[in-house]
Amino acid sequence: MAETRYGRAIAKALEDAMAEDPAVILFGEDVAKAGGPFGATRGLLERFGPDRVRDTPISEAAIVGAAVGAAMGGLKPVVEIMFMDFITLAMDALVNQAAKARFMFGAQGSVPMVLRTPHGGGIGAGPQHSQCLEAWLAHVPGLKVVCPATVGDAYGLLRAAIDDPDPVIVIENKALYAAKGELPDQPEKTPIGKARLARPGRDATVVTYGASVFTAIEAATTLAKEGIELEVIDLRSLQPWDEGAVLASLKKTHRLVVLHEAVEAFGVGAEVVARLADIGFDELDAPLLRVGAPFMPVPFAKSLEDRYRPDAKALIAAVRRLLA
Amino acid sequence: MASQAPATRPNADKADLLDLHGRLLTIRLAEERLGRLFADGEVPGFIHLSLGQEAVPVGVCRDLAPSDAIASNHRGHGHALAKGMDLDRFFLEILGKEDGLCRGRGGSMHVADFSVGMLGANGIVGAGLSLALGGALAHQVSKTNGVAVAFFGDGALAEGLLHECLNLGAVWKLPLLFVCENNGWSEFTRSADTVAPQPTALAAAYGIATETVDGNDVLAVREAAGRLLALARAGKGPGFLECRTTRWRGHFEGDPQKYRAEADLSAATANDPVSRHEARLVEMGVTAAEIAGLRETVAARVEKAVAKARAGALPDFARALGDVYTKAGA
Repeated sequence: MAETRYGRAIAKALEDAMAEDPAVILFGEDVAKAGGPFGATRGLLERFGPDRVRDTPISEAAIVGAAVGAAMGGLKPVVEIMFMDFITLAMDALVNQAAKARFMFGAQGSVPMVLRTPHGGGIGAGPQHSQCLEAWLAHVPGLKVVCPATVGDAYGLLRAAIDDPDPVIVIENKALYAAKGELPDQPEKTPIGKARLARPGRDATVVTYGASVFTAIEAATTLAKEGIELEVIDLRSLQPWDEGAVLASLKKTHRLVVLHEAVEAFGVGAEVVARLADIGFDELDAPLLRVGAPFMPVPFAKSLEDRYRPDAKALIAAVRRLLA
Repeated sequence: MASQAPATRPNADKADLLDLHGRLLTIRLAEERLGRLFADGEVPGFIHLSLGQEAVPVGVCRDLAPSDAIASNHRGHGHALAKGMDLDRFFLEILGKEDGLCRGRGGSMHVADFSVGMLGANGIVGAGLSLALGGALAHQVSKTNGVAVAFFGDGALAEGLLHECLNLGAVWKLPLLFVCENNGWSEFTRSADTVAPQPTALAAAYGIATETVDGNDVLAVREAAGRLLALARAGKGPGFLECRTTRWRGHFEGDPQKYRAEADLSAATANDPVSRHEARLVEMGVTAAEIAGLRETVAARVEKAVAKARAGALPDFARALGDVYTKAGA
């Protein structure tokens, strides 16, 4: 067990997967010689050579399209899109090609590719470098979407994504790359579709994912001083998502709020609460709530962005509504 | 358009030329039959026929191995059949049946057969370019000596993805052949009105080897493709083959083609790749009876496939639902 940074855990996952399977290759903008815009691919070119670790031109559509074709051709490509906002340039390859191929071609084959990309604000990156667009992808049948919060899951979900025969989008978080956590010497893979109980509690459930897990823990720590115990569920996987784990928690607390950094309207939270309103209706002692970003682009100025991003204070206010 | 006189090739072998003719006829007769089935309301959705363009897929695919990949476009029947897709399962698919190659989920615009390296027709103009690029990358990384071919029309010359793929293919020296089927039409609009560069000039800007051929001459296509594929297999990087050809029908079946001049429509079938190859066979000494016999054999094969497709079972919904993922989660 050693303390490791989130970004380093990603590099280790890539390294272990590439060492294990020669079909795993890596390409994207600045991932080879420069070691990745966030350092998550550092050292891999030196270890695995230029055939398997490749810098690409600034060509998002071709990067993702080539990943689909290479996956159909027997490789397991892992590609990086530098900011999640840039997937807009690769949406045909993701939505019309990768997501459809298995189904549309009658299950003749699958598309075992992984796309890594960071979402999230908090670093003053502005409207085109901060968005959380995961709901778009989770809405497309054929794609899987995961979003690791911890160092262990940064490793474990990426390994599982590379092993998975279907296209998986691994959403990282720019604010987390430097975060430290424990990573075992022989880290485990994290099964896709299984949530993690990040904090047990009895009074209300917070369902969240990615960096917002830490916001939820912060709120829980504050509320614990008043004797309010929040249960925090880290979804880890958004498509498919672990409704069983969420329902089990609701059965315990009878109160539930979803927290995410993405825009609240039409988001992942909307799906979670709609589903729980159905399968968990008899368990509810309060309305199902969502806490997300307001319906506006991510602003640049720190004063604006601080107000824009859902924080522990906003979550605590929602929990007080649940408990009122 | 190039001269109608068939070139005499001393080394062309009669059996080989007959084989090519069988391939041309398979596409021709299958598509003519599809056109009639469509008119009779037996084909769901809509179809895009490649009648008049048969020599391009036949010439390009003739010397490809099943492990070589091709990616196609919405006008993809010819590419699929030329690459070796099973004729029965081709018709079963287009008629929307469970035993179709795609189990009735793709239809005409998505015919695919991975077992022969056919990575799918495609409903998105230009999308096949990057799939072929990835196929070529897989061959390069796995050191197979294989190649990938992207078939696209002149309409796709205006797609931004073509630039990305020409560039990346050239930068990585991929074993990739770009085949532009230049029929002069971007859907319902003359490409001359919408595309500024000459196709090969575009590719040449990336240092890619180019050739322009009479796309209605199957031997010319085969030979030019062979030269560019040899370069690609030798690690010299991608090639770009412009095949000048003719679209006989509308953008889709049922297209009234009001945008097309009467003279253009009536002249379209004059330069027929099938009858031109037939003339070459006659010149080689193949008898009219032999040629008619081959046509009858292919026609009977097509009818058998149609009968099978008509009798095929409808697709199973539960099975379709279960095929969204290989491994469903949670």
